[in-house]
Amino acid sequence: MRVDRRELYTGRLLLIVLMAVTILPFLSMFTTALAPSGSVPQGLSWPSDPQWSNFVDAFNVAHMSTLLYSSVFIVVLTVPISLVISTMAGFAIGLLRIPGASLLLLLFVFGLTLPYEGIVTPLYFLERQMGILNGRLAITLPLIALYMPFAVYWMRAHFVTMPPEISEAARVDGAGTWDLFWKIHVPLARPPIVSLGILMTVWTWNQFPLALVLVEDPNQRTAAGALGAFQGHYATDIPLLCAGSLLILLPTLIVFVAFQRQVITALLQGSVKG
Amino acid sequence: MIDRSAAQTDRQRRARRTSRSRKVRRETLLGFLFVLPAVAIYAVFVLLPLALTVQYSLYRWDGFNVPVWVGLSNYENVLTDPDLLNTIFNGFRLIFFFSLIPVSLGLVVASVIRRSATGGLGNVARTVLFLPQVIPLVAAGIVWSVVLSLTGVVNQLLTAIGLEGVTRAWLGDFDTALPAVGLIGTWVLLGLCTVLLLTGMTKIDPALYEAARIDGAGAIQEFRAITVPGLRQEIGVCVTVTVILALRSFDIVYVTTGGGPGLATMVPGLDIYVLAFQARAVGVASALAVVLIVLILVLILPIQYLSREKGE
Repeated sequence: MRVDRRELYTGRLLLIVLMAVTILPFLSMFTTALAPSGSVPQGLSWPSDPQWSNFVDAFNVAHMSTLLYSSVFIVVLTVPISLVISTMAGFAIGLLRIPGASLLLLLFVFGLTLPYEGIVTPLYFLERQMGILNGRLAITLPLIALYMPFAVYWMRAHFVTMPPEISEAARVDGAGTWDLFWKIHVPLARPPIVSLGILMTVWTWNQFPLALVLVEDPNQRTAAGALGAFQGHYATDIPLLCAGSLLILLPTLIVFVAFQRQVITALLQGSVKG
Repeated sequence: MIDRSAAQTDRQRRARRTSRSRKVRRETLLGFLFVLPAVAIYAVFVLLPLALTVQYSLYRWDGFNVPVWVGLSNYENVLTDPDLLNTIFNGFRLIFFFSLIPVSLGLVVASVIRRSATGGLGNVARTVLFLPQVIPLVAAGIVWSVVLSLTGVVNQLLTAIGLEGVTRAWLGDFDTALPAVGLIGTWVLLGLCTVLLLTGMTKIDPALYEAARIDGAGAIQEFRAITVPGLRQEIGVCVTVTVILALRSFDIVYVTTGGGPGLATMVPGLDIYVLAFQARAVGVASALAVVLIVLILVLILPIQYLSREKGE
């Protein structure tokens, strides 16, 4: 492609400026985290005496180990269950074409645009009645439910494209419905299942409003929920707050850099289909 | 002899048929068992709360005492109270920052990457711009409340170029708080839009660009005549996703301003929380929730329709 010089340079300049704007807040947070605890941050400047111990302090005062354990626990409970039941539902709707399949699909699609805030109030009262408020189940169960519209829609989109010959061949060989699902179609559905798993892991880790409303104890929340509470407690100690935030950011950033391609693909497909 | 064999095959056939229909029925039942877990949890933790939201919206309730039926007066309240109306309008104002800027800027950036930075720079830019999308919104809020504070980087830079006069606590000022919150949204969503549009561009037939080049079209004509129309569907997706995120914004606002100063940055998502759990006005909160749910649907359906109409 022939692109003239002026366009080339203005274009690249624009990219570099935008990248700087994207990175700058992170850098500023990092230098702030190294300032003496309790001091007022002074923009972007390398502190004369970097306080690396702020990270250790933040790790301790934020109960980081409990908090990470809690977040991982919620992810480990939420994501696999969501994957299994949405794959089963997508299989029944997209491939078995059970009677009323399109109606069921419509029921799930209806939930796609639903804002979490729209149902969080009754969820609180409902969970209070059920007696599961303030535990990890309080986040896990609604999250699984709220993932269903997208997850079922996503898995159904995969199963609907599967050529019927595959199932017919398996049936001729005497496979029952469960074998057809578990031995034939689940292995074939690995790529969409993996993408969906990555997506839901990121969503769960970053989930905030549900954690805020449904769980009082920050140590039983998701990472983002705990971060919100941490901010409330240490709003005056900016360096410590920055150190704590960076520690909570770290896992997502590492996952992102390590699985960059998969994360981007999953998030993109996620928004396209959503 | 003949008769008997005929009767026999008939009986066999009938037996086979009933066993077959029994098998079909069993399969159908099994199929329903496959959807049952998903439907059950969705019904209890999404559909039921949704119905309860509608129910609560017709009562005056503090969350503890006996609810009092008030009919539609909570809705009247939401649609006439100046503060609540302003809250809803703030949601719309955020669309400008969450949707319009990221989508238009994303279009420009994606074209720039396609035309002028096909190599390493483009890849790096894509990754870097996407970074804010993977961190929790709460963290984005905390990062920016430091950056936009009185002694933050933004004011530091402004001072450096001789604009001390405009420096201020951007998130605490009545005039700048909402745009400041909005720009955090822009920062988060620019990468998502860019990468999405860039993916769409790879699907546009290169022959079209070649033809435009032969016809002597410049970058801007090419952008208007080929890129934008070719990305109709991707633009539709970007707009849909970002408009929903603008209207249901919660995390960023909660962390950076809490809706203040005054109610300058109050948005529906946050107001539902404040009304239900701090003001103990569960009825009004629920009416606002229903209005928000309906608004999102009403805005999204036409966008979906318009972007798919000619795309498929």
